[in-house]
Amino acid sequence: MSGEEFVPLSLTPLLIGTFAAIACALPGNFLVLRKQALIGDAISHVVLPGIVVAFLLTGAISTWPMMLGAAGAAVVAVVMIEAIRRLGQIEPGAAMGVVFTTMFAGGVLLLEQTDTSTVHLDVEHALYGNLESLIWLDAVGWSSLWDTEALAGLPPELPRIALTLIGVILFIWLFWRPLKISTFDEGFARTIGIRTGALGMALVIIAAIAAVAAFDAVGSIIVIAMFICPPAAARMMTNRLETQIAWSVGFAVLSAVSGYVLAGYGPLWLGSTDAVSAAGMIATMSGLILACAAVWGPCRNRAGAPGTA
Amino acid sequence: MTLELAADQGVSVAERSVEDSPLAIRGLTVSYGQKPAVFSVDMTVQPGAMTAIIGPNGAGKSTLLKAALGIVSPLSGQVTVYGKPLADQRARIAYVPQRASVDWDFPTRVIDVVLMGLSRQLGLLGRVRARHMASAMDCLRRVGMRDFADRQIGQLSGGQQQRVFLARALAQDADLYLLDEPFAGVDAATEKAIIEVLKSLREGGKTVVVVHHDLATVTDYFDHVFLINTRKVVEGPVAQAFTAETLQSAYGGRLATAQIDQISRALG
Repeated sequence: MSGEEFVPLSLTPLLIGTFAAIACALPGNFLVLRKQALIGDAISHVVLPGIVVAFLLTGAISTWPMMLGAAGAAVVAVVMIEAIRRLGQIEPGAAMGVVFTTMFAGGVLLLEQTDTSTVHLDVEHALYGNLESLIWLDAVGWSSLWDTEALAGLPPELPRIALTLIGVILFIWLFWRPLKISTFDEGFARTIGIRTGALGMALVIIAAIAAVAAFDAVGSIIVIAMFICPPAAARMMTNRLETQIAWSVGFAVLSAVSGYVLAGYGPLWLGSTDAVSAAGMIATMSGLILACAAVWGPCRNRAGAPGTA
Repeated sequence: MTLELAADQGVSVAERSVEDSPLAIRGLTVSYGQKPAVFSVDMTVQPGAMTAIIGPNGAGKSTLLKAALGIVSPLSGQVTVYGKPLADQRARIAYVPQRASVDWDFPTRVIDVVLMGLSRQLGLLGRVRARHMASAMDCLRRVGMRDFADRQIGQLSGGQQQRVFLARALAQDADLYLLDEPFAGVDAATEKAIIEVLKSLREGGKTVVVVHHDLATVTDYFDHVFLINTRKVVEGPVAQAFTAETLQSAYGGRLATAQIDQISRALG
């Protein structure tokens, strides 16, 4: 494919898909080890009331207020999940179940009880983005990467997800040691002065921000898949957390690129005329990678599992 | 009434020794729900001694330790470490949690776990240097686990995992060592290795507190005992505090008479 075709049509969706995949996979490593991986699923439900409230306040369907509403709802949700988990002393899955069904129901109720139901407030339209549509029409080829005028026409999702990714990387780099220690042994972490409660909260808030930024750009299906599949597959490739993180990033990139390419060209190769959803294909690829790792990964035996210890 | 008496005695002993006690607890109450797990407990750990915390299952032994360390929040009570608040003295404490409290499938190696004991030295972004590595390896040597440094922790036996936890505590180079059931479910060789290390710590002037469940080894291993059954029953030197009467009072009907007889014989 030539640069004239690739840069405007495929470069930005590929980059956005890849950045979104990495931004979710990185915190996903810790969430999977802490058995909180379904938080991505939870967040995809709890953003609804946030979007509705944002719409009611602004009266317009526009990206920024809705993203802020979604992010606000996500943060409220993770705080509630943590609070219920601690105060009720129940497992995180149960706390998540209570919070996300309640907030989703609240969103539906709000939608029905206000005038919004007459407006076409389409959640899919507002947040669950479409990767293929994020094209860069101002670009004419590789040279456009140095053309400030063309760069101004970049889809706004790209800088947003890039900034989010940088934030995620900085957080994990800065708090690597406390994150690792408190994920492995929370009691010990506390005795050496790590504020495990605040750190755990910060981790889920970072994950929520990554999720909302990725919803906006690529849709919820990738988010839920990327929180779980690359880290879970990476866990079966190695017995070291440092190496696991590297594998998970590699798997996230591989899923994003191969999924995007297969969605665009796979059906053509099979003789069909239409492309399939890139987001769906990326999620499928991450699932396939996980399946391969589960079958052939060198560290897939749970040595510490009950019964074999 | 007898419990109030015990508490009163605790306070009078405490007034004298709280300043230099490695760990002094006053009026500690912890609850996980309606019923308190630990109720109004006073404890004054003797410096340079090995103390066993003993009591029946669910008596609040681990909870007492966790509350003293700030891992669980007490409803009330005060904790001082060498006469100062816990938050200022974290560097002087090493803690070994129950082995079953962590997921041993966690992707990490033995040496990485021991290095966690050096994290206060390393700080947030400090790099692990050769001297940290050497110090961690020396801690592994002291528990007889040097050859296992590169193993994934899930590949170890229960006793080996317990020794790795002890090595991590050694790496902290503390003055006060608090261990939660370190002998639970370990092999005889490990039990011997652990007790040797703990005795060597005591010889070095360190203070050791162990949540312990095996009544038969108390007189061999420890100088002091602290008997608890939600409330404090008694604390003191083994010879005075670890008797058939105090055990009966701590365990009630749960300790078989035959077992008490056996212990009484062992005590002479």
